[in-house]
Amino acid sequence: MTVKVAEESWVVRVVLISIALLFFTLNLVIPLVSVFIKAFGEGVDVYFATISDPIAWKAVKLTLKAVGVAVVLNTVFGLAVAWAVAKFKFKGKNLLVTIIDLPFAISPVVAGLIFVLLFSTTHGVFAPVLNALDLKIIFSTPGIIIATVFVTLPFVARELIPLMEAQGTAEEEAALTLGASGWKTFLYITLPNVKWALLYGVILTAARAAGEFGAVSVVSGHIRGLTNTVPLHVEILYNEYKFTAAFAVASLLTLIAIINLIVKSIADWKINQH
Amino acid sequence: MRLTSNTLRIKQKSVIPGFGITMGFSMLYISLLILLPVSMIFFKTSTMGSQSFWEAVFAERVMASLKLSFGTSLLAALVNVLFGVLMAWVLVRYSFPGRRLMDGLIDLPFALPTAVAGIALTTLYAETGWIGKLLDPLGLKIAYTPLGITIALIFISFPFVVRTIQPVLDGIDKEAEEAAACLGATRFQTFYKIIIPSILPSIITGFALAFARALGEYGSIVFISGNMPMKTEIAPLLIRTKLEQYDYAGATALAAVMLVISFTIILFINLTQWWASNRDKD
Repeated sequence: MTVKVAEESWVVRVVLISIALLFFTLNLVIPLVSVFIKAFGEGVDVYFATISDPIAWKAVKLTLKAVGVAVVLNTVFGLAVAWAVAKFKFKGKNLLVTIIDLPFAISPVVAGLIFVLLFSTTHGVFAPVLNALDLKIIFSTPGIIIATVFVTLPFVARELIPLMEAQGTAEEEAALTLGASGWKTFLYITLPNVKWALLYGVILTAARAAGEFGAVSVVSGHIRGLTNTVPLHVEILYNEYKFTAAFAVASLLTLIAIINLIVKSIADWKINQH
Repeated sequence: MRLTSNTLRIKQKSVIPGFGITMGFSMLYISLLILLPVSMIFFKTSTMGSQSFWEAVFAERVMASLKLSFGTSLLAALVNVLFGVLMAWVLVRYSFPGRRLMDGLIDLPFALPTAVAGIALTTLYAETGWIGKLLDPLGLKIAYTPLGITIALIFISFPFVVRTIQPVLDGIDKEAEEAAACLGATRFQTFYKIIIPSILPSIITGFALAFARALGEYGSIVFISGNMPMKTEIAPLLIRTKLEQYDYAGATALAAVMLVISFTIILFINLTQWWASNRDKD
């Protein structure tokens, strides 16, 4: 029999686990479950009628546009910057990584405001140019897309950089020494090594892009059926006291969040296997 | 030290190709999307003149919103440190039914759109809600009060503390704990003399991350706070209100203050990590 000296008594364990479970249930499980219960509060028919509403679909289309652009741009950026940061030694690396994290550290409202200050047709720095070209960015689709790209900028890079740094450069150097081109080395060595982290980064970017509220709310102008994304549509329904409808649309966003968590669990498990 | 061409180089030599193009693209992307836009706040502020800037910042309503934001965020971050350490401990050290589910769902507030969190929490904690209904007879009102704001902030910033502490706790060598126990330390003594010091940097980092996240939060608060000026109006919300009233200067001044606070917290986190890595070297 081994004596475990460095462990707590079972009473302490039970108490700690109980507190953790209670906090977990109250803080996470109940809010999550309540979204679906409220969404189906008036029955399945009302639920499906709400989420097939044409205005809701216009919001979905706009959200998908923003998600698409954000995912493509930020994935290309994430791969490029992770390659530069993780595979080379250079001065100022920490500063660069800190700057990449900035969009995540600042308030979403401030993130929206900076693009208003740039592109507003009345107060923006580029107002003369935009008015001359008759372009509209703020209170229009381009503004929503730019704000979404900004707030989701760090996520692919954040997933890739630590993993690629930990993996080092030995495998790439071996491939290059054996005569593979740089591009081939990236495709056949680096990319397979980071595919799970990349997948999670992409899913996280998509989920955050679909759910972004603060920054998009500032630049959108809330023009119904025109500049409303899905989260903004939820806000409008809620403020009109259409609670069941608000929760029905919210449940779609919650499903995306749950898919995100499942992909994260799988990705973590796969990365730990290596 | 002799100066060689190598010490003067910004980048060290490497056989791996592609530094120029990936770095060039990254710098361009960051400059256009982060550096130029964020610098707009300071550019616009500098054109305001110092007197109108300070008048805007020290206005009664602005100060009230900053106090509220600071107070509620601080309280939320402290609560999260307490429960975050507990949760990380339970997840790393014990096995019990539901542990995997708990581990997976910790990140929910990070993945869930803040507007969804906002309407869900407001509905739960309103007078007629599932939880509000139980607390209302006790005279405890949560929705549309600073307490409601704090609860929403606890929700949205919770993963940061747990996820910062968890890997560090997981990596601790149990030998030191066993040695302490063999030398006669009680389990509690071992906890606060061995375990707490080794996870202290991650506790501080987690606290700072949670605090920073809470300070900037907008989406969930806009629903649960009730947005009463001077009472339940947080700083990000006031920026939004000022923008809607076309007070661009006022909004920018407050945003500049928020940005400086964010930068200070980032600096603090970097210093904490630098301290922790230097401490471990000794």
